[in-house]
Amino acid sequence: MLKGLHSRRKAQLFIGFLAGIAFGFLLQKGGVTRYDVIIAQLLLEDWTVLQVMLSAVAVGMVGVHLLHSLGLAKLHPKTGSLGATALGGLIFGVGFGLLGYCPGTVAGAVGNGYLDALAGGVVGTVVGAGMFAAWFPKLQASILRKGEFGDVTLPQLLKVRAWVVVVPAAAFLVGLLALIDLLGG
Amino acid sequence: MMEWLTMPQWSPYVAGAGIGLLSCLTFLLSDKPLGCSTAFARSSGMIEKLLRGRQVADKPYYQQVEPVVDWQWMLVVGVVLGAFLSAMLSGQFELVLVPSRWATAFGTGSLVRLVTAFVGGVFLGFGARWAGGCTSGHGISGTLQLALSSWLAVVCFFVGGVAAAMLLFHVIAG
Repeated sequence: MLKGLHSRRKAQLFIGFLAGIAFGFLLQKGGVTRYDVIIAQLLLEDWTVLQVMLSAVAVGMVGVHLLHSLGLAKLHPKTGSLGATALGGLIFGVGFGLLGYCPGTVAGAVGNGYLDALAGGVVGTVVGAGMFAAWFPKLQASILRKGEFGDVTLPQLLKVRAWVVVVPAAAFLVGLLALIDLLGG
Repeated sequence: MMEWLTMPQWSPYVAGAGIGLLSCLTFLLSDKPLGCSTAFARSSGMIEKLLRGRQVADKPYYQQVEPVVDWQWMLVVGVVLGAFLSAMLSGQFELVLVPSRWATAFGTGSLVRLVTAFVGGVFLGFGARWAGGCTSGHGISGTLQLALSSWLAVVCFFVGGVAAAMLLFHVIAG
């Protein structure tokens, strides 16, 4: 692990910025900084968003686990619960459908020139995150921890080594992409 | 090389694979998965701090998610610039207030679009922090780590998203 580099704050801010430029560039080139493309995916008329996402996950899954096996990267799976992950995910989804962008693509859409993303989307997302911060103590005490399952990964759940899941999962994603292509994505 | 940079669109597989490789790089160089929504929460905290002063940082949520510029905040700023560069290079940069697909269903009135986008944004920001991540943090970075939480989250994102989009375009717009 490049621990020395990881602890250099200013260098890290710069790397984050460069990674963001690359991310925004790739999102735009993939077509997913455009409202029409994202909403067509949610209306199940066009499959570009899933094609980009599933390709990213398939490549990243193999690459990150390779880095992990070589001792060059640590994994950071997020913790979850039914109350937080499922319910929050559905609320997020409603926003995704109404806005037509998600937090990453809304930033990319701003760069692409979409003013609805800037004046409506970014402002709304900041307000929504602020509302969550205000309600966090109440939500934390009531619903967020219902049905907690922690930061478990699928290999841990199945009690097998990571690669036993990574290889078939990556193959499954490639198969899914082929199927989408076949059905005229 | 230049032709490649000025192409209006790449194959979604190539763009996606690039994002996958970029994920590997950020794990290697920064020990960080790609993610975007925490930056919006930090921004809301920074704005609240400007308006209401330092005690904002004492809120329990902002103790966990400090309202400061961090790696991911810089990433989101970079995303705006990267998308701008890509759009400029291919001549696709265009100021749009009402996207065309929206206009065909709801007309070209900008107020309706802006209000819907704002309300959608509120749900998006609220839901992302509720779920602990967004389409990039859970949907790409979390699923590639095979985290159970992220696979559940991404399914819920799309279930909610498809339902809301269908309701909007097939029921309300008729």
